[in-house]
Amino acid sequence: MAAHRCSYSAFLLIICSLSRFFVADSQETTLTGDNHAAEVDNPQTATETAGQTAEQPAVEEKLWEATEEATPDDADTDKQDTSTPETAAPSSVPQPKDDFQEELVIRPLHSGDIYTSFQFRTLWETDFMRGNKVSHYRLFPKSLGQVISKFSVRELHISFTQGYWRTMQWGQPFLPSPPGAELWVWFQDSVTDVDGTWKELTNVLSGIFCASLNFIDSTNTVQPSASFKPLGIGNVTDHRFLRYATLPREIVCTENLTPWKKLLPCGSKAGLAVLLKSEKLFHSSFHSQAVHIRPVCQDWQCKTTSWELRQTLNVVFDLHTPGQGKREWSLFKMFSRTLTEACPLASSSKIYIDITDNPQGEQFEVSPATPLLGQAMVLGDRRTFSVYDLTHQITFGTVRSLNLLIRWKSSEGDMLRPLLHGERYVAGYGLQTGEIHTLMYNNHPYRSFPVLLLDSVPWYLRLYIHTLTVASKGKDNKPSYIHYQPSKDRVRPHLLEMLVQLPPNSVTEVTVQFERALLKWTEYTPDPNHGFYVGSSVISSLVPSIVAMDTNSTREQPLFSSFFPCKEESSYFVRVYTEPLLVNLPTPDFSMPYNVICLTCTVVAVGYGSLYNLLTRSFQIEEPSPGLAKRIANIIRKMRGVPPL
Amino acid sequence: MAAPLTLLLIVAVTIRAALYRSSLADLISERVEVVSPLTAWKRVVEGLALLDLGVSPYSGDVFHETPLIIYFFHFLVDYAEITFMLADVITAVALYMTVKDYNKQVFRKQKYALEADRYPLDCLELIRSPKEMYYIPLKVAMFYLLNPFTILSCVAKSTCGLNNAVLALFILSTIKGNVLLSAVFLSLATYQSIYPLTLCAAALLYLMQRQYIPVNYRRASFWWFIAQYAFMYLGSLFVIVCLSFFLLGSWDYLPSVYGFILSVPDLTPNIGLFWYFFAEMFEHFRLFFLCVFQINVFFYTIPLSIKLKEHPVFLIFMQLAVISIFKSYPTVGDIALYLAFLPVWSHLHRFLRNIFLVSCVLLTCSALFPVLWHLWIYAGSANSNFYYAITLLFNVAQILLVSDYFYAFLRREHHLTYGLYLKRKDGSEATLVLK
Repeated sequence: MAAHRCSYSAFLLIICSLSRFFVADSQETTLTGDNHAAEVDNPQTATETAGQTAEQPAVEEKLWEATEEATPDDADTDKQDTSTPETAAPSSVPQPKDDFQEELVIRPLHSGDIYTSFQFRTLWETDFMRGNKVSHYRLFPKSLGQVISKFSVRELHISFTQGYWRTMQWGQPFLPSPPGAELWVWFQDSVTDVDGTWKELTNVLSGIFCASLNFIDSTNTVQPSASFKPLGIGNVTDHRFLRYATLPREIVCTENLTPWKKLLPCGSKAGLAVLLKSEKLFHSSFHSQAVHIRPVCQDWQCKTTSWELRQTLNVVFDLHTPGQGKREWSLFKMFSRTLTEACPLASSSKIYIDITDNPQGEQFEVSPATPLLGQAMVLGDRRTFSVYDLTHQITFGTVRSLNLLIRWKSSEGDMLRPLLHGERYVAGYGLQTGEIHTLMYNNHPYRSFPVLLLDSVPWYLRLYIHTLTVASKGKDNKPSYIHYQPSKDRVRPHLLEMLVQLPPNSVTEVTVQFERALLKWTEYTPDPNHGFYVGSSVISSLVPSIVAMDTNSTREQPLFSSFFPCKEESSYFVRVYTEPLLVNLPTPDFSMPYNVICLTCTVVAVGYGSLYNLLTRSFQIEEPSPGLAKRIANIIRKMRGVPPL
Repeated sequence: MAAPLTLLLIVAVTIRAALYRSSLADLISERVEVVSPLTAWKRVVEGLALLDLGVSPYSGDVFHETPLIIYFFHFLVDYAEITFMLADVITAVALYMTVKDYNKQVFRKQKYALEADRYPLDCLELIRSPKEMYYIPLKVAMFYLLNPFTILSCVAKSTCGLNNAVLALFILSTIKGNVLLSAVFLSLATYQSIYPLTLCAAALLYLMQRQYIPVNYRRASFWWFIAQYAFMYLGSLFVIVCLSFFLLGSWDYLPSVYGFILSVPDLTPNIGLFWYFFAEMFEHFRLFFLCVFQINVFFYTIPLSIKLKEHPVFLIFMQLAVISIFKSYPTVGDIALYLAFLPVWSHLHRFLRNIFLVSCVLLTCSALFPVLWHLWIYAGSANSNFYYAITLLFNVAQILLVSDYFYAFLRREHHLTYGLYLKRKDGSEATLVLK
């Protein structure tokens, strides 16, 4: 069903692009727009569409359009020698058992920053769960393969992020991630001791990624009931097999990047990965690296499944530093490297530059120019990209090196505000109580949509669920679903999940009061007055897409396609992470344990002593004891047999 | 006597009602001195909210009330203010009746002793007159109802008020000689917060005294009475515990209520000795010191019972004081209960040694609690040691107060036996010392 839907949408896309560019590719004319168009393009689309059979559409899903068309102003010669091998390659070569693709998306942001997103995907048609041991690894990293089979992992998502993604300035990321480390795992339903397996798995991953994932224990692990559905195939949604944990304090640096790069088939020797030099990557406003493992369908009928390993790395470079004067960037400037070749093991290796906001080249200028253009639905929006295919030598030109360069001409242009946006802060003063405020913005002008809010709060902030209020536009907005699991001291955190309907063009405020606990002195971090981190809230939602929001009919479109405003892709899945919180707790005096033990015991002893005194002794008349001389005299008198004095 | 009592009740209820309506109520209900994790009203409401959400209130670590309390307030949550005022009124009236009855008995005993010429001649000024005893019951009710500690506790809706009411009813039924009711209320009090268990010795001594059963372990009647009382006590405790089980359908409440009281996992500051001690405790000594501190409450029961076997009501007072000093989550409401008994011992005042100092310390500490709390938690200019120091001093003062009254009581008893103006062998005026 979903496959049909997608192919239908792809078909509509083709129609749109045809009508916009009025140039039909030579190959495209053979596809007369019937429904099997989507399957012909390349295997990637097939797996993508099949992957959609999972309950929840993946955020990063991109429906690549079948065609890669030349713009009218491009030379005809370019068109011929680039488009022919591009379309011919995947259909002629027999399907390999494993497959590796790499791509880099570059999106100039309105704030003047550059968003670069690397994606490396390894597909492997194997089954880790069968009894026979998988021992021969080619492209898939052996360390992860062994983890999957040993711990019966069905899906694994791990991300390390340094910095906070500023949704209101940068728009939605392709792959959202919270600051710090995030790990969520679906286990196979054959696992009996899920908690034990989870504990072992986190320790193993901690070693693989050189991160403090071993600090994940029952006090920061939750089992969300609705917010984290499997992204791959398989319809087991019993959340007993799901574990979710965040470490908001985790600091991501070179030692996490190096093991991550080692998972790539080409390492950092060739292909896009040569750009990943830590001295530049960490000199950025935002850095996020992630690994996603999930089972996906091999073909659209989903007869065979294969494992997908997706490694992503998102960086936002702040190149708009004052003093530099003009705004321009190049690959060399960002990464201090240029590209010379694709990874030889990759079946596809591409660079995409988002030029949607720059259709006529009035904002910036890209050099070298590319004849290839691509269109994709990204997060409910139709984006246009310039495509550089690294598998062709022509891309590198005569200097045998590709150094993309963008030069800004003007800094105008405003961004469409993200439809869904979340914020969070702690209100109140003092160290006794406080209030967590979560603000959820629905910026859609006329449609309301439901969101799932997930809050995992550590036990030492004792939430009072009866103080929970949800209000939008000044009115009470009762959540239609609340899943609350209260915390257990030193055992498990609070988990609050709720489904809230966000009215159009509104701010919904969720507040809940908490009390700060006094901990044992050994339970504080080494810098207790810095505060304690509370992981981001997760807002998951199906957001009405921007394309469906487009009501102005000025754009030239076939009449038959534009009557009903909502298309099949009318909503898309988005996950938004709010800021993590930093909360101060009251602290004891850490220099005092001996003093406190002594003083308190003294008080107890005073109580014991005074009661003991009264209980065991009796009242007697005090007889003054005679002086020393008198006593000696008495002794002498006693010896003499005389009565004492 | 009914008219002044009624007037007192009206005044007390008016004060409470006025405070409920004022903005102070919210402030008071957050005070750590007034509410503990065990008794906070906020947590009762949270428990009810959890119950409404379909979550067991004991699955989390916020709610630690007993199941009966949650069902009690399930129906009465809208009338909570009236309930708490009523609880205070019940406590006061019960104490009033208790003391009235007790005074009658004291007077009767004194009369018999006088007729039997059992008192030394110079002890006439120690003999209590009906005139001075006349207003004592009213004073007791007043000490309870108008005590700022009680008022704060009531305005904060601390469930400590309910526990006090149960304890007062237990004392009343004991004094009235009703064995069954005494056992039932004692088991109810034990069910609410383990510690009142120690009061059973006092109750047994009193009831046996009343029924002229000699306290002699060689006598069968002694053991038979203990067996009877234990059967009633354990029976009603069993019924209550099973009732709680059937209300919730699980035993979750046992670790969540009694485990919580005994193992002290919540280190929220309070006026007691536990919180800072166990916040600063080395982990491997924790269990040892936990046992030591918890034993303190139960430890004094047997020696006190032996020493005070003729005076079970004073024993009740001593036990209440020991409980409120050494319990794991004390609040000012617990202190208010034993402070209410002070007028009963007003005849001991001539033997008190440092009552002035102790009362000054208690008053100063009560004033300094909120000040140092503010400096630590809100202003940030002091640290936890300041608040801790005040709790230490407050507890020392309480211990001194209790031991002073104990000393005075013992001394009066000594004088009643040996005469007030004791002489040395050489005829000079003697001083009495403990040896």
